Amino acid sequence: MIRFEGVTKRYEGAPGDDDDGGRASLAVDDLTLEAPTGKITVLVGPSGCGKTTTLRMVNRMITPTSGTISIDGRDTASLDVAELRRGIGYVIQAAGLFPHRTVLDNVTTVPRLLGTDKKAARARAMELIERVGLDPAMARRYPAQLSGGQQQRVGVARALAADPPVMLMDEPFSAVDPVTREQLQNEFLRLQSDLGKTILFVTHDIDEAVKLGDQVAVLRVGGVLAQLDSPARLLADPVDDFVAGFVGRDRGYRALAFAAAPELSLTEEPTVRLGASAAEVRAVGTPWVLCVGDAGEPVGWVRAAAVESEVTLTLLHRGGTVASAAGSLRALLDAALSSPSGRGVVADEEGRLVGTIRASEVIPAIESRRDAAAAQGATAR
Amino acid sequence: MTWALDHLDDIATRAVQHAWLAGLPLVIGLVVALPLGWLAARRPGWRAGLLTTTGLLYTIPSLALFILLPPLLGTKILDPVNVVVAMSVYTVALLTRTVADGLSSVDSSTQQAAVAMGYGPFARFRSVDLPLAVPVIAAGLRVAAVSNVSIVSVASLIGVSQLGYFLTDGYARTFPTEVWVGIVACLLLALAFDVVIQLVSRVLTPWTRAVPA
Repeated sequence: MIRFEGVTKRYEGAPGDDDDGGRASLAVDDLTLEAPTGKITVLVGPSGCGKTTTLRMVNRMITPTSGTISIDGRDTASLDVAELRRGIGYVIQAAGLFPHRTVLDNVTTVPRLLGTDKKAARARAMELIERVGLDPAMARRYPAQLSGGQQQRVGVARALAADPPVMLMDEPFSAVDPVTREQLQNEFLRLQSDLGKTILFVTHDIDEAVKLGDQVAVLRVGGVLAQLDSPARLLADPVDDFVAGFVGRDRGYRALAFAAAPELSLTEEPTVRLGASAAEVRAVGTPWVLCVGDAGEPVGWVRAAAVESEVTLTLLHRGGTVASAAGSLRALLDAALSSPSGRGVVADEEGRLVGTIRASEVIPAIESRRDAAAAQGATAR
Repeated sequence: MTWALDHLDDIATRAVQHAWLAGLPLVIGLVVALPLGWLAARRPGWRAGLLTTTGLLYTIPSLALFILLPPLLGTKILDPVNVVVAMSVYTVALLTRTVADGLSSVDSSTQQAAVAMGYGPFARFRSVDLPLAVPVIAAGLRVAAVSNVSIVSVASLIGVSQLGYFLTDGYARTFPTEVWVGIVACLLLALAFDVVIQLVSRVLTPWTRAVPA
């Protein structure tokens, strides 16, 4: 557990402190916060909210003006600074890899500083390189020979190398393209579910905060904690206009991501296989027909009228999302909304089609969930 | 040409002496410039003072330095140590700024990562900042090497044996061939230094040739 107690960071003579009496030089203002063991705590807020300053005070890259920060009950100010840092994994934007060292040597940095022998450190590093999803052949490369996403994976592997209980992550996924970012986020969550590190994660992206955080701390400019809550609570019940504004539009819809899909009766969907003839497709009798692959996995919708000889990949409509039967209400609703036929495709864990559902069938599930929550709230009071 | 061939032994002996007088100060100068440059890079307040002071050393005329040093060091006027010390001073003058610039050129996210990973100041210098500054420092060393080879020849005026002897002797005897031999030998020596520095730098910086996949 990382605990901030009344932590303040004031910069003397910061620009702009003449107009509002020194308040502008306050980067972090009397912050009290707990990042629980084994959980991801996300610090999110606009530029100037002190989120990075907060993060860097944990490993004493920045010294707090007042207040204490403790890790598992030990005041960080009382520890040897090099030892403290070696015990904390640190991942930054654009990875910050050492350009003159191979991937392997980058990953072994902290274990080597801690005195682990070279062979053991390398064996462990190779394990981690694979674990973060990199080809072991990359171990001999230099950072300049990797893509941004690959560099970021190495950054994560390097931070994990000495198996620190605590990790600090400063916008680690913000310098890569959106597709890679989503991949990295998903893999990070998978990794965390295995490792259970105590993580403090900084981002300016509320969507990332809501996706990754077990709890999210929204900070406002000047380093004041505005709200600390679970992502679902944050979206459902922002404490004030600032948080509501920051959390942004579509929060009613986005909050559905935290609502597990209930048991809904799905409609059985007639399907055709790739390569089916025009006659087979028209025999189904609907304007849009769902096409499945050999393993029964949905591959896309095809417009019956557009098939001249047989169903080919190029004829398929690719816009529809596929919801997992064990997924969220948001995924179900999105599958229905994004489907050209209006019938959302639902698949099981293995990706095989289980049926379809219409938006008009998802809405009642959303409403009954809200009614249940309201009833629960009433009895609690 | 015949003259040069007839005096090959003499030329070789003086070339070796010249190489020592120019090369040894390069090493000494680098060893002194590293901590000075490191200080200048780490302490912004010291940077201007340090770099101006060391830079000014280069403006002292070499002949003056050769003559001023013996009483300061307690050496004899003909002692080659005077030349080595003087050349070391010039090397420091040229390299302190290069070292400081090289160390400052290291990407700030790389430096921060090193600090956050628990490197102490010295370990960070040795393992991260210095290796990354090698290309810049090597470039400075090449300039200093050429400058040293050229300035050392002035030492023939105070009678220290090296290739500069052919210049003064050829001039005194109005024998241009000998002067040309001296010039060409100096050029070749400077070239040799340049090649060696580039080779060493190449060996130390394999990552700079890593082609993006």
